[in-house]
Amino acid sequence: MSLDPHELAAIYRREVGRCTATLVRVLGDIDRAEDAVADAFAVAADRWRAEGVPPNPGGWITTTARNLAIDRLRRESTRDTREREAMTLHDPAPDPPADLGDIDTVPDDQLRLIFLCCHPALGADAQVALTLRLLGGLTTAEIARAFLVPEPTMGQRLSRAKRKIRDTHMAYRIPVADELPERLGPVLATIYLVYTEGHSATAGDDLLRPALTGEAIRIGRTLVAQLPDEPEAVGLLALMVLTEARAPARLGEDGELVRLAHQDRSRWDRELIAEGHELVRACLDRDRPGPYQIQAAIAAVHADAATAAATDWARIVALYDHLQRLRPNAVVALNRAIAVMEHRGPAAALDALDEIDLPTYHLFHAARAEALRRAGRDDEAADALRRAIALTSNAAERRHLERELAGLG
Amino acid sequence: MPQYLLSVFQEEGAEPPSPEHAEMIMARVAAVQEELKAAGKWIFFGALTDASSATVVRAADGEVSMTDGPYAEAKEQIAGFTVIEAADLDEALEWARKGSEACMWPVEVRPFLGAPPA
Repeated sequence: MSLDPHELAAIYRREVGRCTATLVRVLGDIDRAEDAVADAFAVAADRWRAEGVPPNPGGWITTTARNLAIDRLRRESTRDTREREAMTLHDPAPDPPADLGDIDTVPDDQLRLIFLCCHPALGADAQVALTLRLLGGLTTAEIARAFLVPEPTMGQRLSRAKRKIRDTHMAYRIPVADELPERLGPVLATIYLVYTEGHSATAGDDLLRPALTGEAIRIGRTLVAQLPDEPEAVGLLALMVLTEARAPARLGEDGELVRLAHQDRSRWDRELIAEGHELVRACLDRDRPGPYQIQAAIAAVHADAATAAATDWARIVALYDHLQRLRPNAVVALNRAIAVMEHRGPAAALDALDEIDLPTYHLFHAARAEALRRAGRDDEAADALRRAIALTSNAAERRHLERELAGLG
Repeated sequence: MPQYLLSVFQEEGAEPPSPEHAEMIMARVAAVQEELKAAGKWIFFGALTDASSATVVRAADGEVSMTDGPYAEAKEQIAGFTVIEAADLDEALEWARKGSEACMWPVEVRPFLGAPPA
């Protein structure tokens, strides 16, 4: 028997969040759960090489991790009962039975863990870091690289968050129905932040990008599987899937960013688009619109168009109007103005842009430059482009804007 | 059961409320305290005088020094606090929400260290 390291890595990615989630419940302590799952994967790497991968690797890891943790607790409890008593993560479930049979992952546990990582009493930075660490199984070093933070800083952020969970006795439970609106917000925001960080590549390690977008979509799918009746959760998944469908066309052969209008649409992932469409229909049918659903609907309209020129811009402007009413926001207004430029021309777009106060956002100046260029006001367009170039920190964006500036020449 | 300190923070030197307003607030705070007692979660409640009445005592190496005024030179000072029991953080946060609604000031929730004696 042989064990392909890629296979082990794939199993790790798929199972680590579920196993950790169940172990947190069984052991009542995050650090112990993490250690136990890591130990179990180390044992698996040896054992599976000799014996092959078991039919239910997640169940195998979970049972092994539980047994290893209990062995360790027994050894420690004879030495130091105080440390055992320090396990204070509040667990409403009864103690595990003394008879150590096989255990398996429980889907509810992953939902518990998502809501724990994204508890509103934790800061947004801590929520993102914990989610990637516990649900995604990323190392502290990987999370630090993804968010351009020194590794010790990220380590402190994670240990502080875990300490707060323990010290404040946060419950390991799924919020009840009337808590959901309040509790779901930070969960969706965290997942989307992980996705956009992976997608937009502000800087940092390109190799990590697919890990972040993939992880966000994976957690989004878990959330939707557990909460199929929450239209915003479905909307977020639809938005991520439809955005991801365009990923193969986002970078040109030279590695340069390709704007939506110039993308080779034959490279879009049709399977993801079909899935996204189905999700958009499913959530809009519930008639409880929200910002993620509307953004997903906008992405779906783009996905429908065979060419950029064939885009239903009237529909997109109407969707942005709806989004503006739900969540008035300058960036939404900017995207609406860009849609207005396609729908009604540069003069209407410039009027809309005049209403927006985003003087330090490079894309605001890039949009103004495009409207001015189309209006034949090249000198003003060049000024706006220079301002956009000065404001962007992203190298690919800057090169793109510099090419546009050269094109005005 | 875990215990939590719920502290009410007020802006120091803020305009004192009218007597009617103060009375209304006290009645609302008292109602939350009664609710806590009825739920068996109440441990202690106290409202404090103005922070300017505080004295800080430092004893080190046999020397004692005192300074007039609160320890933290902050704009916001503790105006009162309550100690409660709660099953978990979410329950403590819910009591804090009720308290903040009643007194119309922010409430800080902070757990006590370690498990209380059974």
